[in-house]
This record gives sequence, structure tokens and C-alpha cells, in this order.
Amino acid sequence: MSKKIGLYIYTGDGIKDAVDVDKLVELATGDLGCAVVKTSDDLYSAEGAAMVKADIDSEELNAVALAGVSPRYDFPGFSFPGVYVEKTSLRELVVWSHQIPADAEDADAQKEHVQELAEDYIRMAVTRCQKAELPEPNKMEDANTKILVIGGGVSGMSAALEAAEAGHEVTIVEREAQLGGFAARLRKQIPVGPDYSNMVDPIANELIEKVNANDKITVRTGTEVARLAGVPGAFRVSFKAAGSKSEWDAPVPLTDEEKLDENGNELSAEEQKAKYDAKNEGRHDYMEEDPNAEIHGAVVLASGWKPYQPADDEFPHLAWGNAAVVTNVQFEEMAKAGNITKPDGSPAKNVAFVMSPGGAEDDADFPYASATTSLVALKQAKYVREDYPEDGKAYIFYQHMRTPGQYEYFYKGLQDDPGIFLTKGAVTEVTPGDNGLTVKVEKTILGEDIEVDVDLVVLATGMVPTTKDEAVVNFAYRQGPAFRDLDLMGGYCDSNFICFPYETRRTGVYAAGGVRRSLTIEESLEDAAGAALKAMQCLVAAQEGHAVHPRTWDFDYPDFYFQRCTQCKRCTEECPFGALDDDEKGTPKPNPTRCRRCGTCMGACPERIIGFKDYNIDVVGSMIKSIEVPDDDDDKLRMVCFACENDAYPALDMAAARGASWSPLVRVIPVRCLGSVNVSWIKDAMSSGMDGALLLGCKYGDDYQCHFMKGSELANARMANVAESLNSLGMEPERVKLAQVAIDDYDKVADIINDFVEEVVGMGPNPFKGW
Amino acid sequence: MSNSILVVGGGFSGLTAAVEAAEMGYDVYLVEKESYMGGRVAQLNKYFPKLCPPTCGLEINFKRLKTNPRITFYNLAEVESVSGSAGNFNVTLKVNPRGTTPQCTSCKAGEEAATTEVPNEFNFGLDTRKAIYKAHPMAYPNQCVLDKDAAPADEISAIASAMPAGHVVPDQEAETVQLNVGAIIMATGWKPYDPANMDNLCFNSFENVVTNMMVERMASPSGPTEGKVVRPSDKELPKTVGFVQCAGSRDQNHLPYCSYICCMATLKQVTYIRENNPDADIYIFYIDIRSPGRKYENFYKKIKADEKVHFIKGKVAEIKAGSAPGSVVLVAEDTIGGGKIEQEVDLAVLATGMQPTGAHDQIPGIEYDDDGFVVEKDGITPCGCAKRPVDVVSSAQSATAAALRAVQTVRRAG
Repeated sequence: MSKKIGLYIYTGDGIKDAVDVDKLVELATGDLGCAVVKTSDDLYSAEGAAMVKADIDSEELNAVALAGVSPRYDFPGFSFPGVYVEKTSLRELVVWSHQIPADAEDADAQKEHVQELAEDYIRMAVTRCQKAELPEPNKMEDANTKILVIGGGVSGMSAALEAAEAGHEVTIVEREAQLGGFAARLRKQIPVGPDYSNMVDPIANELIEKVNANDKITVRTGTEVARLAGVPGAFRVSFKAAGSKSEWDAPVPLTDEEKLDENGNELSAEEQKAKYDAKNEGRHDYMEEDPNAEIHGAVVLASGWKPYQPADDEFPHLAWGNAAVVTNVQFEEMAKAGNITKPDGSPAKNVAFVMSPGGAEDDADFPYASATTSLVALKQAKYVREDYPEDGKAYIFYQHMRTPGQYEYFYKGLQDDPGIFLTKGAVTEVTPGDNGLTVKVEKTILGEDIEVDVDLVVLATGMVPTTKDEAVVNFAYRQGPAFRDLDLMGGYCDSNFICFPYETRRTGVYAAGGVRRSLTIEESLEDAAGAALKAMQCLVAAQEGHAVHPRTWDFDYPDFYFQRCTQCKRCTEECPFGALDDDEKGTPKPNPTRCRRCGTCMGACPERIIGFKDYNIDVVGSMIKSIEVPDDDDDKLRMVCFACENDAYPALDMAAARGASWSPLVRVIPVRCLGSVNVSWIKDAMSSGMDGALLLGCKYGDDYQCHFMKGSELANARMANVAESLNSLGMEPERVKLAQVAIDDYDKVADIINDFVEEVVGMGPNPFKGW
Repeated sequence: MSNSILVVGGGFSGLTAAVEAAEMGYDVYLVEKESYMGGRVAQLNKYFPKLCPPTCGLEINFKRLKTNPRITFYNLAEVESVSGSAGNFNVTLKVNPRGTTPQCTSCKAGEEAATTEVPNEFNFGLDTRKAIYKAHPMAYPNQCVLDKDAAPADEISAIASAMPAGHVVPDQEAETVQLNVGAIIMATGWKPYDPANMDNLCFNSFENVVTNMMVERMASPSGPTEGKVVRPSDKELPKTVGFVQCAGSRDQNHLPYCSYICCMATLKQVTYIRENNPDADIYIFYIDIRSPGRKYENFYKKIKADEKVHFIKGKVAEIKAGSAPGSVVLVAEDTIGGGKIEQEVDLAVLATGMQPTGAHDQIPGIEYDDDGFVVEKDGITPCGCAKRPVDVVSSAQSATAAALRAVQTVRRAG
């Protein structure tokens, strides 16, 4: 669509003093062909908004560029439905970040730089207005609203009840023959609300009754998910009997190692296919549709945890292997079944609870332990006192008693019991003897080493998430049946985001309870409600046609120009969310409701056939090409800087607001994520004579901060290839650089830019300048 | 009857609850008493255990907030009363004046014209601010605030004239807003426990006894000391630092519960001090190190590997003056080694706990327990630290769960 563009230049906050605004107006009305160009000292006022609105109506503008304050700021009245609005920052990126000292000898030259900078930002903004289109929502009005809950423990049942209470149909699929999970096998449980001082009866049975009585909830026990195919709003779920094999089991792709022959060379496509087929014999292709699959809209994963089972030779110093040394789960089973006894069936009146296995060397709790493990030991000590109120003795040896929040009251409640002995200490040895087991404890709170004879030793072992060793959900996705990068989280299906714990890397699937974190029952109930909300919410997003978190405001969706696809598979492999499937040839199959709109596929595509309406190869490429590059002035080198719009860009804003200055040779282009930066943009920059490109993105590695997980890491890998190409052209590879910048690095970002500019200036101009 | 949802408190929990509920398709009112959103986390330098900046997640949530037409938010606003029942609550808000117009986003000219300096509450009085200001550089909304009580009337007029015409409006008045909502989410958060309550820790007597929240501000690049954790008395980097855990928490005379976050916060703050000074000796006096769960235990393990971080199991009973100028001595019972320990340090940090806002400020119509935490009632759901002491991850879970409760309430009523 041809554009009729209005450009509005804000001249307040020092802009009109630093920049020749008349020249900007001249540029916009002349070369750039804007239909309306106006300036205002108070553009962002109600009057300013009214002025723009009046022009839109009278001049029939369909695009508006606002040049002034940072696009991160918005103002009432500046929403113009149906009109493309582009905002560019003259205040932060031009004026504030390029302060010219009054006594500078080269003030005129500096002023010229600033003027050119302002002009380039105007060019880029107008170019974007010309090239970008308004997104149209991709609405999935018939999205199925039934929720699948995987796991019938307290988290799963609770999620199901919560979703049903909000009006949704729900299916619970539970592997065991009955609902309830671990919580149904407890003798007593830790309180789930005030009063926190005493144990309560297990709530699992009450939940089971509620679930069974709820006509919106279908329960399938003894059942597993063989495969989950499709998309949020229309997941196709194939069920199977628990533990059985099914032709609809999700196929497992070859690992990187399996793709190699014995000499470490990559197998041919045909060989890989044969190996893949052999590996998945008897299973349908992941793209094949199970005619009997049941449709669900979204999934709550509440498959819970498994008890940490020590290996036979683990913890020899704690006499693991001796029949009188048990885990907390084994102890709970015993306590639930009847009285607490020794292996020979006689009463076990003296029981020691060991919280930390590391002896004198290490004060860490058992693997996968947590506050829950501390609380469970306290609770189980009370069982000893319940069974043997006269002479039962429970000893709790801990390094750190972890009873956070109001659970402290539960801990306090125990401290008055004369039969419960609590001490910090390092359990160094458990030795079997004539009188049962002798527990040796060093560095106790009593200031001495002690030895205690007991009938049973209970190890406070941890809770291992079910996703650690199994795929559980069994996605029939191009990227395979399991979540990715679970190793980073110790097998937990966790988001790695402190702010957004419900994010998983599979849209429409939200984890709750012990599968994500070791939680108490009380915490699991709350967690289940949160996960249920996220599942319901992703259906609202599908219906309304916008992305789910983090780009919830985004109604756009990437378009693929398939005629030019070469089936290179980069987009399908690099998508952080597994949004893209493919056909037999490898042509990608988009799944809009799985997509988070990060643009990683666009950045990956060597054929440049993937793009969004308002953010694509042509839009950004044209912006780069619109930058005026002097071809014979060594003082006016030009560099482009791609900055992550959520973190690096705000850091630049803050740096400017705080008075930092950086080189006027750099033009900043905000990007959704560095993962969306296509190498063609670097080529565009270099072939239009620019001298370098800087990418500012989030930290990567184990503690990655990228909200699309891999963006800056992928960009870094791609830039290594760009560096190679530059090298082969005889150009310095250092002309392209990626730096990791956090949003609060506003005190560092100017130096990062200036160091880069200095380096490029040292290399001299791009040798292909002016070609 | 109403289908809309009120969220009281615009900190991390309230913000989360508001956007999560609005993204379910409901109209949401979000009420925050400060001039900025983000509450306590806006004051933090980093989150444990990832050591990532809180402003990163806030930036996303601010974008969700401002792009969602279903959310109406108020800053500098207080809920005066709540009446009615689930599905039909009547709420009265008082919205205090900001003294500026929305397009007023740069205070520079006004700040230059202003002369009076007042203690900067955002930085716990470690520095000062002017009568026109933004609480911090990343503050959202980014609109300046005029605190007209902070300077004489003629100075306020001078500020107004220095700013672009019409941007500063000194005579703006408070407004009363009546809302009818179907459900209420209470996300009123917490306050650091007042260290002055603990006479034995002498917070008010020694300048170099600070709180953990003050350390967060000092460590922040936009804080009062440009990212350096220094001794307030001489602005020098301390060579020895002592952390006093459970300063108020787990104590019948103060906060009987555990504040959950202070152990992890101290371990995190060790990294700030280590970054400033690779040789500083750091002493942590604790009852238990509460770093539960795999992630936190791993973080604790990392800190333990630092040989110049010394963990002493013992509660600090007293802080007294040290021998070197400005130094203080932490006196504790060593529960393992036995005997009394006296450790002189350049800087003492009180790991003060969290007290729910409801311990001091209660809203008529809302029920609170003895500690000041909000009690859940039909249609009124507490979340985050208004409900119990929690970390940021748990606040996000709790707020998302509260959003569901609110949605259920309005759906049931509708």
C-alpha cells in the first residue's frame, strides 16, 4: 500500500538548539516526500495529539512518524487506529547522547555530526513508515478450550478444579490406577494455611472427591500421553495405557552424535533418514495425524516428582543399604501403613533424621532437597512421638533448618516437645551395632561431638522432577518429544526466568508443582492455579490473534515465501519454541499459535523469505540503506548498531538521560531480539559503504537473560560466519562485533560503543565504500 | 455487579496480577501509592540467584501494561475504603496530585532551577533529591513528580517557570475516584522491618550500620554511591563487612516468622562487595542459611567457595563501637565453637526482614491477621508478600494464581 506520511518533529528538551530543525523539515518534505511535516515544542501534549489526529483525518494520512522522545515513552491521545505509527528518538539518541561542550574547538564539526545523525534517524523513521504494514490479527476463533492436565496428584487435581471452576472442560491423565499421587499416600501433612503450628490430615482425598464429583472433569487413570501434536487451541492428544507401547508414541529425532558415522563425519540425508526410521520403527511420523486423537486447547503439566533413590553404593558412611536406614519416602509409607518399626517388626522408638549427607565437609542438603524436605523431617519426627508418646525419641540432625515464612511456626511448635531433639551438626558416620545404629555427629550446637544409638535412620532425600529422565509430554514436534535444555535446570521443567516462572519453551504447556520446583502442598495448590490461568490465557491469545508472553501486544505473525525455500531447516531447528514443523522435504510448516514472534526464524533464514508485516528483511534493510554514507570523508565513518529493544535499547535511553555521550558515527536500530538479526542486514550495511556493525544483546550461557532464550547466542554464532566472509573479502572481521549488555549497564554502554568506534576508525574506512 | 478487577499495589506482584488478569480479557484497575510502578523490586540492584537486573522483567511488564487497553492505572493513589461483596465491591480511591502533565518527562530544567535538597526516600536517605524529580532513572510512568511540600512556594514557582510552559501544575488537587469492581487482588507488599526497633543493634547510633535494602541502593549503578557499597561515614570501600542475619526475623519480640529472602539476599550482596573489592573479608552471622531448593543451594555453594567469606553460626546479640574510627564490633554467641565472638568490621549490614504493609497501614474493609498479612475472603485474594514472605519467583506464581481467583469470581458473579 502506498503511504501518505505525516512527520512530526518535537523540538523541545534542547532539540531545537542542537539541531537545525528547518533542515530536517526540508529533508522530509523534499527527498523523503512526507505529505505533512510539522514541528512542535510541546508535541506530546493533548494539543499535539489533537493536531496529529486532525491531520490524519484531513490529509488522509496512513502513516505517522513521531521524531522526538524515545519510543519507550508514550503519551495519552497518541493512539491512532488504522494508522502505522513509528517513533524515533531525537532527544535521547541524538541530542542528550551527543552533548557538545560550549568551549569545544571543533564545535561546528561536532554540530554537523549531530545534524547528520538527526537526519539519518528521520530517514530511517520515514523509510520504516513507507515499508511497514499494519499487522492483521491471525484469529483462531474456533480454538478448543478444553484443558489437558498431565498428572493426577495434588497439583494436577488442583489445576483441573481451578480450570473447571473458571468454566473449562478438563481431562486429567494419570499414570497410576488412582488419583492422588504422593499426597494421597501421606499419613499427615504440613498445614496449607494458618494455623501453621500443627499437622493436618491429607487434603488429597478431599480433592479426589471434588474431582470425581465435578462434571466438567474427565479422569483417565492408568493412562499416559503417547503423543501431543498440533498447536495451542488445537492440540491433538493420543492416549495410551500406562507403560504400554503405541504406534502413536512420539518419534525421537537423531541426536547430534547419531547423525555422525564412526569417523565423525556427518551422514548423508538418506543415511540419516534410514537411521531415524530404524530408531522409530513402529511409530508414525511426527506429522501424521492420529484419527483417534482427542483435541485439547492447552496443557498443564503436573507430572510431579519421583523420590530420589540413592544408588546402592551411595552414602556408605550413612550405612545406606542397611535395612534400618530408609529414605523419608520409605519412612512415610511405613508410618502410613501402621506403627513405626524396625526391620524385624519390633517398635522403632528412637529414630534419627539426617538432613545433610556431606559429613563434616559439606553442609548441603541431599540432592533435590528443599524447604519441603526440612518440613517433612519435622513432620515425621512428630509421627515418632504420636506412635510412642511415652518414650519415643526423634533426633533431627540438620546443617540448616529450612522452614521459610510462616512455616517457622511449624518448626517452633516442635521445639517444646521433650521427645524431639533438634541440633545442627555434621553426621559423619552411621554404624550398625548390637543396639541398632550408632549415629556420630560432629560440630553440634551443643558444642561437642555426640553419638546416639537409634533404631532407624531416615535420610531426608529430595524430590526429582519427572522430566529429568522422561519426555512426559511427548511432543510430536520437529524438535523432538522433550523440553529443551533441561540439563541447565537439573531436569526441572523451569523457565530459568525469575520474573516469569510459568514460561516453558513449548507454548501452551505450563508446568505446575513438583515438576518445576520442589514445593510444599500449599505452594503446589497456588502454583496449580497460576498454571491453570496461563493455560486458559494462551487460548484467549489464540482467539484474539496475538502472541503469548512476552510479546502479548503483538498481533503480527511471520509470513513465509515458500517458493524460494531451499529446505535448509535452519528456521525449524533454531526456533527456540519448536513452533515450526516441516514436511518430508523439509519445508517449514508454521504454527501461528505456537509462535512467540521473536523473529529468530527470520534471522536464521539465508533466503530471506521470512518476515513480519512491520518487521522484515526489507523494512530493516531499507532503513539501513536509507542512512547517508559519505564516501570520501574519513572523519565520517558510519556504523550501524542493532540493539535488543527490551534491554540494550533502554540501557541506551538511560545512558543518554544520565548524560553519557557516545560517538555520533553510530546509528541505532532497535530489534526484537538479536536472534532476529539476519546477516543480510550486515551485508546491506557493508555494501552501502558503512564501516562496521555492532550488536547489543542479552547475556547468554547458563544464566541467560534473553527472553527468547538463545537470541544473542545464535546471533553470535551467525556473526562468526559473517566475520569469515569479511575476512575472505579482505576486510577486518572485527568490523562486526557483538557485545552482551544488560538493561542496567547504562553506565557501561557508552564505553562499549566508543571502544568499538575507535577500533573501526583505527581500521580505516570500508575498502568497498562508494562502489 | 461488575466484571472488572481491582489490584491494590503496583509492585512486582500487583503488576503481574494486573497484566495476567487483563490478558484474560478483563478490565483491570491497578492502584499504586508511589509515583512509580515496581515497588520493592524497583529498588533492587540484582535478583538472586541469576544476578540479573530486575528492570529487565519490569520493562516487559511495563510494555504489557501500557499496550493493554484493558488496564487503567493510578499512581500516588491510595485505597481509602472497600465495601460490598464478591461480584460487587465499592471502592474509594484518593489519587494524589503529581503536579505535572503527562508530557513532562524531563525534569532537567526544573532540577537546575531548584535549590532545596530533601532526603531521597527511594535511596533510604543516603542522598538527596529536589522538589521536582523522578524516583529513579527507569521509573515508570516516566512522568516527573512535583513534590510541592519539599520547597518554599517561591522555589516551586521558579521550578514551574523553568520548565516548559504548562508542564508543571503546582495547584493540582487530589481527586477522589469511585470504582465498582467484581473482585479485588491485594498486592500491598512489604516494608523493611524498622531496624530502629532493635535497640541492641544500634542502627541509629552508628553511621556504618546499614540495612540490606540500603546495600541494594548503593550497589545500583543509579544509586547514591554509583554502584559502590561504601561506608556512609567516609564513603570508603570497607575492607571488612559483617552481615547480621535474622535482624528482626525469627524473633518473638519482632517478626516471629522467617522473612524467607534475607539469607539469599545476603549471599547475593556478598557478590556486590566482592566485585568492589576482591580482598574484603566478609563475616556472615546466621542461625540457619536458608537457601532451599536446587538453585539456591547451588548459589550458596558458589559463595561458600570464596575463602574470604566466613560463616559463623550465631545470632548477633549486640553491636558496639569498634577501635578503628567508624568501625563497629559485632558481638555474638558462637553456637558451634562455643564462647563469645567479637568481630570488628568496617561496615555492618543488618539483614532486616519483611513486614507486610498491613502491619501498619490497613484498609477499612480488608481483613488482616496478627502479623499484618491479608486474609483471603470471597472475592478478595492476597498475593505476594501481602500474603506471606516470599521471593520474586513465588510472588509471580502467587500473583498469577490470584489473577485466576479474580477471574473465577467475576465469571461466577457474571
